[in-house]
Amino acid sequence: MSAPLLQVNDLKKHFPVRGGMFSRKAFVYAVDGVSFEVARGETLSLVGESGCGKSTVGRAILRLFDVTAGQVVLDGQRIDDLPPGSLRSMRRRVQVVFQDPFSSLNPRMRVRGILAEPIRNFGLAKTSVELEAKVTALMDTVRLPRDALNRRPHEFSGGQRQRICIARALAAEPELIVCDEAVSALDVSVKAQIVNLLQDLQQQFGLALLFISHDLAIVEHMTHRVAVMYLGKIVEMAGRQQIFTAPRHPYTKALLSAVPVPEPGAIRNPIILKGDVPSPINPPSGCRFHTRCPYVFDRCRTEEPELRSTGDGQWVACHLEALPERPGPAG
Amino acid sequence: MSISTTSTASIPPGLAIAPQLPDLLLPVKIRRGVLGFLRNHPTVAIGGALLLCLVLVAIFAPYLGTVDPTALAPSKRTRAPSADFWFGSDMLGRDIYSRVLYGARVSLTVGLSVATLATLAGLAIGLVSGFVRWADGIIMRFIDGLMSIPPILLAVALMALTRGSVGNVILAITIAEIPRVTRLVRSVVLSLREQPYVDSAVASGTRTPMIIQRHILPNTMAPILVQATYICASAMIVESILSFIGAGTPPTIPSWGNIMAEGRALWQVKPYIVFFPAAFLSVTVLAVNLLGDGLRDALDPRMAKSL
Repeated sequence: MSAPLLQVNDLKKHFPVRGGMFSRKAFVYAVDGVSFEVARGETLSLVGESGCGKSTVGRAILRLFDVTAGQVVLDGQRIDDLPPGSLRSMRRRVQVVFQDPFSSLNPRMRVRGILAEPIRNFGLAKTSVELEAKVTALMDTVRLPRDALNRRPHEFSGGQRQRICIARALAAEPELIVCDEAVSALDVSVKAQIVNLLQDLQQQFGLALLFISHDLAIVEHMTHRVAVMYLGKIVEMAGRQQIFTAPRHPYTKALLSAVPVPEPGAIRNPIILKGDVPSPINPPSGCRFHTRCPYVFDRCRTEEPELRSTGDGQWVACHLEALPERPGPAG
Repeated sequence: MSISTTSTASIPPGLAIAPQLPDLLLPVKIRRGVLGFLRNHPTVAIGGALLLCLVLVAIFAPYLGTVDPTALAPSKRTRAPSADFWFGSDMLGRDIYSRVLYGARVSLTVGLSVATLATLAGLAIGLVSGFVRWADGIIMRFIDGLMSIPPILLAVALMALTRGSVGNVILAITIAEIPRVTRLVRSVVLSLREQPYVDSAVASGTRTPMIIQRHILPNTMAPILVQATYICASAMIVESILSFIGAGTPPTIPSWGNIMAEGRALWQVKPYIVFFPAAFLSVTVLAVNLLGDGLRDALDPRMAKSL
């Protein structure tokens, strides 16, 4: 058993919020103690509603900013504290595909230049002939016509642009691709094509994917494992089967019950959560979900539940797990 | 799959075949090259053509039937426009046509120099401000301070410190215009830095100087070029104002502002002295503004096929 490709240990990212001149300095606790692992060739999905910090986790792994605390370990080496010089060689191994295909590509560059950039940066091609061969091969890989290399991004549709983004990510020959809502901006048919392309590429290159999404149907289709985030913390993490058939955390249950069923007249019993997500500037004490949890009891308000294994690779952060008998909804 | 035309025999009788529909979509003519670009953007073409004419007039002023613009002819003072004096003569008998044409040199030099210098300086300061976080606060407070002084007052104050010459006028107006460019560049840089393609470039190992050169600078060009044209127009007006109030170009050098300043005492009885330089100034500023407006629309990267 080899070590996991990516290990994230107790990652924290707090963004300072500038208040008025006389107010206290406050922080947005965007990510507040997140730990997970991604094995080689595995897809881990990070799901959760808007603002729960899933994109921040992705950006921290890419080291687009410095983390507040915690570790990001890539293949046994910590990358969260590397100086910029030695970081550059590690950057090749983790690449990214962003949500918005319209702003992910420099409008003034041709596709050839966009794809050549990472190849040149990491010295992956010795000669210009080799560079051209790699760039052409990338176009074939993402199933775009080769003559599109001389065009600029605005000449492509959203799906085609996302293919260019994927090709750019592949150009660095990475081991992990962070897909930050990579298919959310696409319409359904294109979404399916891109998801299938990602799956094919995963098979072909043995890529690990960190798939950040709020689209549970897509996640169920393509992931191996799922980590559910709420307000900067992971509340539940398990294999796909377990999450989708036997979710244990109340938040996961509510999230899953909100997925639309593509069948007219299907019986649904969505769990409607009360209220809004609390502010990440001032997160609730104890369990962060206690303000909205239908099963809340005293302990939840004061004590923060740890992410505990329940066996079978399922991890849940909920005090209900510690109770001998699980109660029904309060009220 | 193709439908063969020989299979018409299988169509049952009485079922007419619909005639082919006319092709309603006319082929879109894609215009390429400089001429095509100008045809697609008539505002740029008109503004550019006007400006080009004025530049040519300024360059070839000595060959366009002018006389020495400073030659005095006291016996021929304040003549109305005629065959001898196309635009009339001023109260010292100088030929206004010659003075206006030579004055174009001052106005255009000042306009173009200020636009170039202020843009380059503003670009440099704005880039530093947008990329070096600790310098940002200091630079921007200084710029805010400069901006709180009206540009004309600032230019007048700077001119009061130096002797009147075209070079000093350029310098004074440039300093007064730099804050506008700096603020624009900084805001564009800050918004571009947040673009996912910049993050992608960072993730694919591009170093900061290359990020600036390849991803930031080309995308700041369109708004800055447009701003430069407005600065050019505004610099020409400020130059005229400075000359008009006697704080700019020395009176020995004809400039549109000088001519108007000298003619202002007589403007109710001899309006042509003020009219011709004013008309030239208006047309020049209009040309530059047309060019700027046209470029703003044309430089949208989604449309920029030929640039």
